[in-house]
Amino acid sequence: MTVNGSAKEHEVEPRLLLVHYLREVVGLTGTNIGCDTSSCGACTVLLDGESVKSCTLLAAQADGADITTIEGLASGDQMHPMQEAFREKHALQCGYCTPGMVMAAVSLLKEHPNPTEAEVREGLEGNLCRCTGYHNIVQAVLYAASPGSVPERNAGSVPERNLGVSA
Amino acid sequence: MIPASFDYKRASTVDEAVSLLSDGGEDAKLLAGGHSLLPLMKLRLAAPALVIDIGRLRDLSFVRDSGDRVVIGALTRHRDVEIDQTLRQHLPLLSHVAGQVGDPQVRHRGTLGGSIAHGDPASDLPAACLALGATFTAVGPSGSRQIDATDFFQGFLETALAPDEILTEISIPKATGAAWSFQKFNRRAQDWAIVGVAAVRGDRTGVALVNMGPTPLRATPVEEALAGGASDAEAAARAAEGLEPPEDLNASAEYRRHLAQVLVRRALEQARAA
Repeated sequence: MTVNGSAKEHEVEPRLLLVHYLREVVGLTGTNIGCDTSSCGACTVLLDGESVKSCTLLAAQADGADITTIEGLASGDQMHPMQEAFREKHALQCGYCTPGMVMAAVSLLKEHPNPTEAEVREGLEGNLCRCTGYHNIVQAVLYAASPGSVPERNAGSVPERNLGVSA
Repeated sequence: MIPASFDYKRASTVDEAVSLLSDGGEDAKLLAGGHSLLPLMKLRLAAPALVIDIGRLRDLSFVRDSGDRVVIGALTRHRDVEIDQTLRQHLPLLSHVAGQVGDPQVRHRGTLGGSIAHGDPASDLPAACLALGATFTAVGPSGSRQIDATDFFQGFLETALAPDEILTEISIPKATGAAWSFQKFNRRAQDWAIVGVAAVRGDRTGVALVNMGPTPLRATPVEEALAGGASDAEAAARAAEGLEPPEDLNASAEYRRHLAQVLVRRALEQARAA
């Protein structure tokens, strides 16, 4: 599979979950494991540009797929517009849900470029923040979607290739 | 949580999947999107010796306008059912319900056929298929056969599929312009319905219930009452007749019986006003 633009090839056990593959085999620990029951969304990554919960996917199912993790969003020192929006709106408290929230939000804006507040709240229903910091998270996604907030770049975009991270 | 060890095989055709299923016997399971099977395997409530990945049978991901019916490939994902224009026009109840399953991440992986074949009484899509009068196609070693949705769900997580059969297509009569409603009651976003109701009123009237017994169910007494000219309220009062809904942390059986009547009434009223 391709992870953040770089080709990865490993022989793995059939039961290896994608999240364990990413964290333990590829070495990208930005993707968190939260509930481990496909409820909380902390492990959300993009598979061919769409949000998925990597705790509920076998690594073997993602064979040949294009995976983007939180490490693959920034271009070098330049943060992805969604990351900038989360910083601008202080959309985190403890930070544990943040990688999954950001990935889910990128996928959300790809499908709904101009969401209403209600659509953002519904679109993030697969991600739980146990600090209950939803207000600023929703504000950040709306900010990322608003014209001119993060100029010349699309907050729903997924980088073609990873410029800043090696596995 | 890590599933018990299993052998993993990937099928590239329906025939290959059927052949692998026949060889694997009762210890083999099909894996489509994996959003029902993998959680069970992680909890070790399921421990198949052989997992046959059919996720790449792209031939089974389609929506086809077929005259007075719409035919949907079993591997069509919830997200694709939700946004498909043919379905939105002719079976808007099904599109809407697909958009209510789980959360976006689940809808990016879960498949219509997987949800039906899993046969969970708490799932939304089987109820929509029952209300809409769907017919399922199953393919096995001796060929294919049609199974009416009403005959398909036989017990808790048990369906009419033989161990060596694979669900390939879902065929549903068009309900273009028919009024419909889907009522899903839960306490938290993304949760399973405590009780759900799918209703359609038009040339065909169908009402089906989520989480009101061991299988997805048709609310036959409600349908009969409506056919006999009963009012919405009279028909809804029969929603829990003869049913033994589950008890769990969310609700007692009595609470579910009451809720079913309330939600069926709301569904019938909404489907009348629409």
